[in-house]
Amino acid sequence: MSTNPPPDDTDGRTSRREFILRAGATGALLAGAAVAGRALWQPEHFVPGFQPEKGLQLPSYALALNKTLPSLAIAHGKEHDATVRAAIGALGGMSRFVQKGDIVMIKPNVAFDRPPALAATTHPEALRAVAKLVMEAGAAKVFIADNPINSPAGCFLKSGLRQVASDLNLELLYPETNSFSPLQLEGEVLKHWTFFHEPFKKATKVIGVAPCKDHNLCHASMTMKNWYGLLGGRRNQFHQHIHSIVSDFALMMKPTLVVLDGMNVLMKNGPTGGRLSDVKQMGTVVAGTDMVAVDSYGYTHLLERDLAELTYIHKAHDRGLGNKNWQDTFHKEVQA
Amino acid sequence: MKWSFKDLLKLRSVRRVAQVFFFSLFLFFVVISDLRYLKGYPASLFLELDPLVAFATAITTHTVYIGLLLSLLLILPTLLFGRIFCNWICPYGILHHFIGWLLGKRRAEERERIEANRYKKLYSLKYVILIGMIVAAVCGSLQIGLLDPICLFHRSMTTAIMPLLNLFIPSSVYVRQYFHMGAWVIGFLLFFLVGMNVLIPRFFCRVLCPLGAFLGTLSSVALWRIDRNPDKCVDCDLCLKSCEGASDPHTQLRKSECFVCFNCIEDCPEDAISFKFMPPLKHEITAPMVPARRALLGSLVGVGFFAFGRASGKTDRDYNKKVIRPPGSVEEKDFLERCIKCDQCIRVCPTNVLQPSLLESGLEGIWTPILNMKLGYCELNCTLCGQVCPTGAIQRITIEEKTGVGPFAEEGPIRLGTAFYDHGRCLPWSMETPCVVCEEVCPVSPKAIYSREVTITKRDGTPITLRRPYVDPALCIGCGICEHECPVTDEAAIRVTAIGETRSRDRRLLMDGGVTSAVRDLEKRQR
Repeated sequence: MSTNPPPDDTDGRTSRREFILRAGATGALLAGAAVAGRALWQPEHFVPGFQPEKGLQLPSYALALNKTLPSLAIAHGKEHDATVRAAIGALGGMSRFVQKGDIVMIKPNVAFDRPPALAATTHPEALRAVAKLVMEAGAAKVFIADNPINSPAGCFLKSGLRQVASDLNLELLYPETNSFSPLQLEGEVLKHWTFFHEPFKKATKVIGVAPCKDHNLCHASMTMKNWYGLLGGRRNQFHQHIHSIVSDFALMMKPTLVVLDGMNVLMKNGPTGGRLSDVKQMGTVVAGTDMVAVDSYGYTHLLERDLAELTYIHKAHDRGLGNKNWQDTFHKEVQA
Repeated sequence: MKWSFKDLLKLRSVRRVAQVFFFSLFLFFVVISDLRYLKGYPASLFLELDPLVAFATAITTHTVYIGLLLSLLLILPTLLFGRIFCNWICPYGILHHFIGWLLGKRRAEERERIEANRYKKLYSLKYVILIGMIVAAVCGSLQIGLLDPICLFHRSMTTAIMPLLNLFIPSSVYVRQYFHMGAWVIGFLLFFLVGMNVLIPRFFCRVLCPLGAFLGTLSSVALWRIDRNPDKCVDCDLCLKSCEGASDPHTQLRKSECFVCFNCIEDCPEDAISFKFMPPLKHEITAPMVPARRALLGSLVGVGFFAFGRASGKTDRDYNKKVIRPPGSVEEKDFLERCIKCDQCIRVCPTNVLQPSLLESGLEGIWTPILNMKLGYCELNCTLCGQVCPTGAIQRITIEEKTGVGPFAEEGPIRLGTAFYDHGRCLPWSMETPCVVCEEVCPVSPKAIYSREVTITKRDGTPITLRRPYVDPALCIGCGICEHECPVTDEAAIRVTAIGETRSRDRRLLMDGGVTSAVRDLEKRQR
């Protein structure tokens, strides 16, 4: 069914109006193509993979130096809540670290899909105790975030931390595709790496809550190694320079406070564990503002090993990122 | 078109409510098939209600697995009212119904619509397909899942649609983007089948659907059916205008083709059509029309699918090292008798390790689940794949049975395969570089991967102390997290292959095979 064209009354000549419209349309398309081509023109080549790297700089969340209060507290007790309270109390209470209106990011270690009893992850009661203190101090909001090795949903569920977050109304942030931005650092080996930025967009204070664990390669995973969970990308390359990387974490992150949960310590088969016989009850919580001091206490008194072999502690100490001689720092030991 | 309250009571409106409900329910189950939301919902309910799944697995295994008994619920209404499943409940049928409407059928001319809904001989193809699949099942190869609409729709959602949504809206479906091998094949197949509605309305349902053929056969004994009163009928053929099944309501009704959509009743201007109890048999074509020689041809294809598949050897001696089945899977030949390729296990897997195989497990294993350690690894404390498997291809095992603890300590853990080092690619073995990520992530205790410290002289003459990793085959469960986390990401320096899997006695590696003795030995040594 074809329709006939309308009758032609122009004797085959183009009117001026039609000429301008049709030539104009063609000209406009040509001009548009030229302008777009010029605007998008890339006149120089580049070498793929070697473009200059830019990334964000993380601010320091550490408090100003305080000579009247201890920087390291060791508390011994029977259960998490009282022992964590005693340790933080010995440092001068949570009000020293968190003020009304603060937005606090708490970083647990949830690397593995494991139940709490295996001590491969931050114990939910340790997180609960710290988070309660933070909220009592008047925090406006508390974020919980980690980028686990195992699948995130499973890790937060089975470690029991999702339950704590929902009980206390803490905001749990999963490491989603959009949660990462590149970080820039002048580390020994860590220079430019994709970073779990989402929780730090608003946070005003940062608290690390780490379990105390054996580690197959770097000997121990404590408060310094805990920051591994803030990085994304090809983390499996870190093991080629593991001690440099862990000491770089002390440069990367200046936390307000770190808490080392030594109530149940993973003594062997770390960092994953897997049997109750790998875990030893030590009934201790260490808190402090100097990660290096906290970890050196943890290594010598909780994992009960010789500090000489823990290369990353010496690297961090030598780089002025903390004090490995915890006895020389202002510390306090208390009973819960 | 004006709407009044009376319209709401019309059968067509009631049917639309049911369609929206069942389609939404299906989507709900697809969405909640995720560790974060699952919480005991019957995520595989539609598959368990599917009588073809129950019937075909009963043929292959002589059993009806746990939830498949529910399919009786669907057989009953079919025997009473005919194929109401196809137009009221089946989410894939509802999709095609909706797409047909959307693609402009409603705007076409009346005559054109009537012509599009006349019965065609091509529509008997689905019975030939069903016969072929049943014959293959009798031989021992379950292939209904290739075209069963519930399996097909679940599979398409899992491997193509959900990842597509997440690509455009990151983190909407998954925390991290999921990938599926061969997703493009399944995705384009979905597009093709949906797009065919342009040429033939309800193309899939009328021409291909083996479940429709199965229900059509059952519905030949249905007690109620659409009936035309020839005294009132003026032969205007308007009843064909919206006929979904192309069942010829304008003449002798083809009972096995009718979807019981009730459109003809409302489209008839003379009130000549009604839904009646036991109308006269001479006004209907009771049984499906399948030419005998084509049925024979279908059976031959079914036999060939089994015989040529098996003769290719992939289920036997020439088994593929990459065919690593999910934990709790039955032995390979039994697996091919049970797996309906619905890919629910793939949907629910929290690490993305489960993948639809294309030809890795042979012709018969198309779209059955295998593990790809580049994309994920098997989570130690997880048995979700077995929880959602409707047919027991992956048995509903507990964590204790999987990990071999408590009362299952004597048997030891379920192994999926065994990890092997490729020294030429391993950093501490041949590149003077420290690593052992594999040892770090090994989830069993004591670790199946251990390392020995060695001090070597580097190329430049300086000494370096490294840990070189080894696998203890008595402890390795083949979970693949070592391969997944290996920094040599294109082809890992440690790779899991299927040898050593506990589901098959023929494919074990160690003669004693028990983990318990190895653990005891190790503990003694450590003391």
